[in-house]
Amino acid sequence: MFWTSYFLAVLAIVLAWPVPILLSRAHWTAQSPFTAMLLWQAIALAGGLSMIGAMLVYGLEPVGDNLLAGLKALAGMVFINAPTTELGFWHIFALSAAALLTAHLVFTLLLTYYKIQRQRRRHRELLDLLASPSADGPGTMVINLDSPVAYCLPGGARSVTVLSDGLMAALEPAELRAVLIHENAHLSQRHHLLLWAFAAWRQALPWLPTTRLAQEAVSSLIEMLADDVALRTESRATLIRAIAIVASGSPGTPAGPMAFSQPELNDIDSGQPGATGGAGSARTTASRVSRLLSPQPPLPKGLRAVVLAVCLLLLALPTALLIVPGLLG
Amino acid sequence: MASLGELERAVMDLLWAGQEAATANTLRDRLAQSTRSEDGSAGHEGKDLAVTTVLTVLSRLERKGLVERERGTRPHRYQAVSSRADHTAELMHEVLGSAPDREAVLARFIGSVTDTEAETLRKLLGRS
Repeated sequence: MFWTSYFLAVLAIVLAWPVPILLSRAHWTAQSPFTAMLLWQAIALAGGLSMIGAMLVYGLEPVGDNLLAGLKALAGMVFINAPTTELGFWHIFALSAAALLTAHLVFTLLLTYYKIQRQRRRHRELLDLLASPSADGPGTMVINLDSPVAYCLPGGARSVTVLSDGLMAALEPAELRAVLIHENAHLSQRHHLLLWAFAAWRQALPWLPTTRLAQEAVSSLIEMLADDVALRTESRATLIRAIAIVASGSPGTPAGPMAFSQPELNDIDSGQPGATGGAGSARTTASRVSRLLSPQPPLPKGLRAVVLAVCLLLLALPTALLIVPGLLG
Repeated sequence: MASLGELERAVMDLLWAGQEAATANTLRDRLAQSTRSEDGSAGHEGKDLAVTTVLTVLSRLERKGLVERERGTRPHRYQAVSSRADHTAELMHEVLGSAPDREAVLARFIGSVTDTEAETLRKLLGRS
């Protein structure tokens, strides 16, 4: 029990700080974004699990040889008023912290979901009034705006991809197809669920390096995944042109990224240091373009298998440490 | 009979185009007019439109915070809370803005870019 809690604590710290920093600097993630995405998910899950597990195991140490016995003893104290004298102050502190952290994570996840849904519903209501359905199909709408803008709004069967007049005017048909395929890839691969989970993770523990780095990495990786889907049917040059035109405004216009009032742009560019959509997404665009300009082969199969094995190990290790002693004993 | 969604759109278009507040009756007449001129026929669709339907549409729009009612007068006169351009700006602020969970709400084709990066991309465009 004692060593288990120490090991889990070390694992939690390693996954909260040095590992995400190293992974966020790695270059191979752009070569195999899908594998990198799995690794980030494994790090987040294993990190949370070992954080809570370490406190739980430490707190239950005096009352049980393993987690299951400890939890049984704890249930006795909570529900049938068994004596609690065996637990010292720090044990109770650790148990309370574990309970609070679990509740905090679940609550933040739900709250974030509710907030996102509300914003999407409001956005969709306005779109229904302001945008008109496009000829490209029921899932596409066109909004009357001169600057080139494209985005998708997830919402189950009511998911929609929004294009601006300015975008349709600035892009050639093939480039427009590339944009549409890219946005539809976000929708069909359910990227919004990943973004939701990592946004909530960051919202819950904003001071932890891993939550910020993980969210930034995941936002960037999903763009690469969607680019890869577009590359299956459209050429590299087409996609690069589409990105360049949308990012720099329409070709030939000296105005900033979007034809919007300057204060608003400054507001966006400066962003708070922690805000996504500021410097973070500028880096995303840069890495996307450089990845398209000088394509690298995906990671060799062997290496990808190693990363996958690491993912499995990360999840299996804390789970096994928590549960197996109880099953054996 | 048009769907409620289409009617909401038509009513908002009228309110955004008109300068002053309008009653449900006025709005119904204008809706009837616009369908007639579109069809070029007698426009029976417009005639079928009951004032109560227009009132339903208006109360839905009011609940969504898009339309407000002048309380003092009877019959009530309705007007748009803000202009079409303001609402578009609101949408685009959500799209372009830097709210922390914006990325979870919707996914943009391109995130915001820095000036130097936009410059590099423009050069790239000139070359290709």
